[in-house]
Amino acid sequence: MLEEIVFWFFALMIIGSALVVVLSRNMIYSVFALLFTFFGVAGIYVLLSADFLAVTQIMIYIGGILVLLIFGVMLTSKITGVDVKSGQTGKVQMFFAGIISLFIIVLLFYIAVSTNWNRVESTAYEVNSTIEIIGKQLLTNYLLAFESASVLLLIAIIGAALIARRK
Amino acid sequence: METFNVFDVLLGNNFLSALISVVLPLVFLVIYALIAILGELKISAWIQERLGPMRTGPYGILQPLAEVIKLIQKEDIVPAGANKLLFNLAPYIIFAGSFAGFAVIPFTAAFVPAEINIGLFYVFAVGAFAVIGIVMGGWASNNKYSLLGAMRSASQMISYEIPGALVILSAAVLANTLDMQKITSLQEGGFWNWFLFGGPGGFSKIWILPFTLLLSLIYMIASLAETNRTPFDIPEGESELVAGYHTEYSGMKFAMFFFAEYSNMFIVAAILSIVFLGGWTSPFGSFMSGYWWGIFWFVSKAMFIVFIQIWLRWTLPRVRVDQLMYLGWKILLPFALVCFVIISLYRIIY
Repeated sequence: MLEEIVFWFFALMIIGSALVVVLSRNMIYSVFALLFTFFGVAGIYVLLSADFLAVTQIMIYIGGILVLLIFGVMLTSKITGVDVKSGQTGKVQMFFAGIISLFIIVLLFYIAVSTNWNRVESTAYEVNSTIEIIGKQLLTNYLLAFESASVLLLIAIIGAALIARRK
Repeated sequence: METFNVFDVLLGNNFLSALISVVLPLVFLVIYALIAILGELKISAWIQERLGPMRTGPYGILQPLAEVIKLIQKEDIVPAGANKLLFNLAPYIIFAGSFAGFAVIPFTAAFVPAEINIGLFYVFAVGAFAVIGIVMGGWASNNKYSLLGAMRSASQMISYEIPGALVILSAAVLANTLDMQKITSLQEGGFWNWFLFGGPGGFSKIWILPFTLLLSLIYMIASLAETNRTPFDIPEGESELVAGYHTEYSGMKFAMFFFAEYSNMFIVAAILSIVFLGGWTSPFGSFMSGYWWGIFWFVSKAMFIVFIQIWLRWTLPRVRVDQLMYLGWKILLPFALVCFVIISLYRIIY
């Protein structure tokens, strides 16, 4: 019962704030509404007993990506007053964007329907530790993916330093 | 000592026990904030050879209450050019973010609001809300000083999160867990088992002892910068930015910012005392050790660190922006990294 209330709370929060992100005329509202979307997703992860994933979601998306987006919006001049709805969007862009969005909707719907959701019963309160399993898997079975992600980050850091140093 | 949540045991794992577990830290936070404000007033006065507030109550101990009443009475002003929605939302987001950290802080062996396996990681993650709230408040005020203060604050908090996170990572490598209760339990049996002195273990821990001392110092400095306290309070440098990101706030909304700052101070002090000073464990082994003594030890260790924060605020001058970035990226980060590598090596060897 309690779990269901919490689920609906987070689900409505995600959908409501996601609508604000997409439909808002003010760019800054879109960015701040993303905060609630990310937070709601983290809440859903907790309900799915994925504690590490939930905290990582907050750390990376709210602490990293969202701050970056806010900086981007604030430091770019004349973006806060842009009327996104009736702005520069041409018919051609609208057409292709529509096709891609439709494709993504169909794909997501297909995945949601076809996935076999193995829900573990009666784990409402007992969140078992997932960090040890994740840590072992990352350093054994998924080592290549893990290491290539760190190489990618290293390249990004070196690139950023290079751009910043160029006077 | 066995760790559990006393309300879950007494009342069962239901809504009521959860509610008490949430409300109790809030009550503690309110009382702590009043004491800390009085401490700030009195300690600053003693450092500057003044008496401080003396008129409200004996020795002025009712001064914080008087200030709270004053703030409640004040008119709530929203600047005409401000974005009303975000301006009003920002104080709540900042306070919610800093209060969320209390969810995993073990006050004693018998009480932690939520005992989760990734407590340390969680505390770091919810700190992100403070950055968002500050930027939101600074932008919505529609004031140059506020926006500049918010930008400074955000960049400072993000920069100093990195050495802080490296320190916590090193502690996690030593402790082999991120659960705050387990980290505290490991340090039971006297002050020589604290992670400040290399943690539990045999004589071999002498190899890492200098590095754990250095790590605790790095965390202390980084935590000062993360809570925007002097000597790192350039986001609200009075001589340049009036009051930084909360320039336009008045009344209770200003109080919320103030409250969140004190709450953040306690959280970083609590992390430092849990990770390095043994949390609720007694420094004298089994002497003065127990569930009730646990509260005493934890709160007095954390309050001592809050005292150091206040002490530093009133004795050190403010650093410049370039000095701040130099210290964060070129001193704290490399030292923390070296300590982390050495502690990891030690863990592999022993």
